[in-house]
Amino acid sequence: MAQTAKTTKSSYHSRKKLFGIGMLYLSPALLLLGVFLFYPMLKTLYFSFFEVSGGGTIEGWVGFGHYVELFQSSEFRKSMVGTFLFVLYTVPAEILIALFLAVIASEKLKGIGFFRTVFSSTLGVSVAAGATIFLFLFHPSLGVLNSILGFVGIDGVEWLTSSKWALVSVAITTVWMHIGINFIILLGGLQNISKELYESADIDGAGYFQKLFKITIPMLSPVLFFVIIIGVIGAFQTFGQIDILTGGGPAGSTNIIVYSIYLEAFSYGNFGFASAQAILLFIIILIVTIIQFRIGEKRVHYQ
Amino acid sequence: MIKKIILYTLLILSSIILFFPILYAVSASFMTPQEIYAGKLLPSSINFDAYKNVFERVPLLHYLTVSFWVSFIVMIGQLIVCSLSAYAFVFIPFKGRNLIFFIFLATMLIPWEATIIPNFLTILNLGWVNTYAGLTLPFFALPFGIFLLRQHFLTLPKELWESAQVDGCSRFRFYLRFALPLSKSSLSALGIYGFLTTWNQYLWPLLVTNDDTVRTVQIGLKMLIANESSSSWNLVMAGVVTILIPTLLLLFIGLKYIREGLTAGAVKG
Repeated sequence: MAQTAKTTKSSYHSRKKLFGIGMLYLSPALLLLGVFLFYPMLKTLYFSFFEVSGGGTIEGWVGFGHYVELFQSSEFRKSMVGTFLFVLYTVPAEILIALFLAVIASEKLKGIGFFRTVFSSTLGVSVAAGATIFLFLFHPSLGVLNSILGFVGIDGVEWLTSSKWALVSVAITTVWMHIGINFIILLGGLQNISKELYESADIDGAGYFQKLFKITIPMLSPVLFFVIIIGVIGAFQTFGQIDILTGGGPAGSTNIIVYSIYLEAFSYGNFGFASAQAILLFIIILIVTIIQFRIGEKRVHYQ
Repeated sequence: MIKKIILYTLLILSSIILFFPILYAVSASFMTPQEIYAGKLLPSSINFDAYKNVFERVPLLHYLTVSFWVSFIVMIGQLIVCSLSAYAFVFIPFKGRNLIFFIFLATMLIPWEATIIPNFLTILNLGWVNTYAGLTLPFFALPFGIFLLRQHFLTLPKELWESAQVDGCSRFRFYLRFALPLSKSSLSALGIYGFLTTWNQYLWPLLVTNDDTVRTVQIGLKMLIANESSSSWNLVMAGVVTILIPTLLLLFIGLKYIREGLTAGAVKG
């Protein structure tokens, strides 16, 4: 009797000690996430209900005022339409191109390592550097893109200076920059598909495209799902290329959500209104990710 | 045979199109301003004037040094903080660890951009504007990194820890002597990933620096465009090529690790 009481007590102590040790190892991460992620997330929510000036001084309670204003503002509606268009312009294109590159680079050929390195290279290009190169390529008078178009007999495009084309131009830049990472992940996925599947398909006399659509794409679906998710989230978070290429213009046509938050907070000093936009960004990403997981569960084929 | 020819044609064409922007930037950095105005594709001769000038016009070397230190500090900080947490999640069976791990995973859904306003105020109130601390400390705890290392630690044989315990090895010693050395590939993947993403950061350095003390190279590039793009695109391109070289080199050297690390994350995730 006394024996069991003693063991329960000591196991209670050892469990408590274990918990302490675990927390000790976790403490740097908990502290940092607390200060730089949990606290600011709650603070953003708090700010969104107040009028907050540029220095962070709270000037008065507005309740849901900022949110109501957001839904009524035609400017913000334009920003949201732009954001969703941007996701639509970038995500399918960057994945299809990277998939194509991964398929042709997965063949065992002489010198394939060189091509794989080239296709991965844009991962090493920073947002600022990539956007600066395209700023030059898109230049109205010096830009080489218009020279090439002119050479083939097509009129030059007003890449960054017309509100019709600016978002497309930013999207082209973004697609180019994202190809590297998508290529690396998709190539890894392709190489994980078992060779036996292809061998038995060969015995059945399946052609190249039959194998592509009957084996490669279905077996690749978990990885495709992963790149779609990171692609969509990444598109919602776009900032650097907009700051360098267009500054949100012309006429607000590229003022997509994160840039809009930045302008509202750090150019106009409306921390409260900007916080409401930030909360909306969080909710949108949450909903879009949940929807993708719901659809993904049904469509994705796991081995 | 025909398949090979088609494949090589596709590979070569794709490489040219994809690499064209970088090649053209290199080419333009060797041109004279006149050649750029003439819309040439290639310079008539290789001249390094633009490189010489760009280092004189803006403190590019200083920006590069700052970027290097910022990326290096974040990389080391992430490796330490993330590996300690991952170690706790795998090797210390304390109560509630699954719940905490789940919370850590869930934070991956919070877009960092949604938190910049209070974070900016925190840095402002701590007096950390224009300091290395303000640029680096917020990024040490990376939930993705914790996840990546946890997945790797899970693959280490349990018997190893059991026999180490019998030999009287302490938890911390086991972490240093066994867990870390046996995870070199994942640590390298995370290290390279951390270094590259920090080097490429744009929004945060833009907010927490307002003079040259710790200005990173990405924001330096924005300054360079503002000052020079009206006249000297060869100079701007020389700046771009200069800041591309370190990351492209790192990428080419570390590609193997990144591929292994990211693929594991994608497949297991």
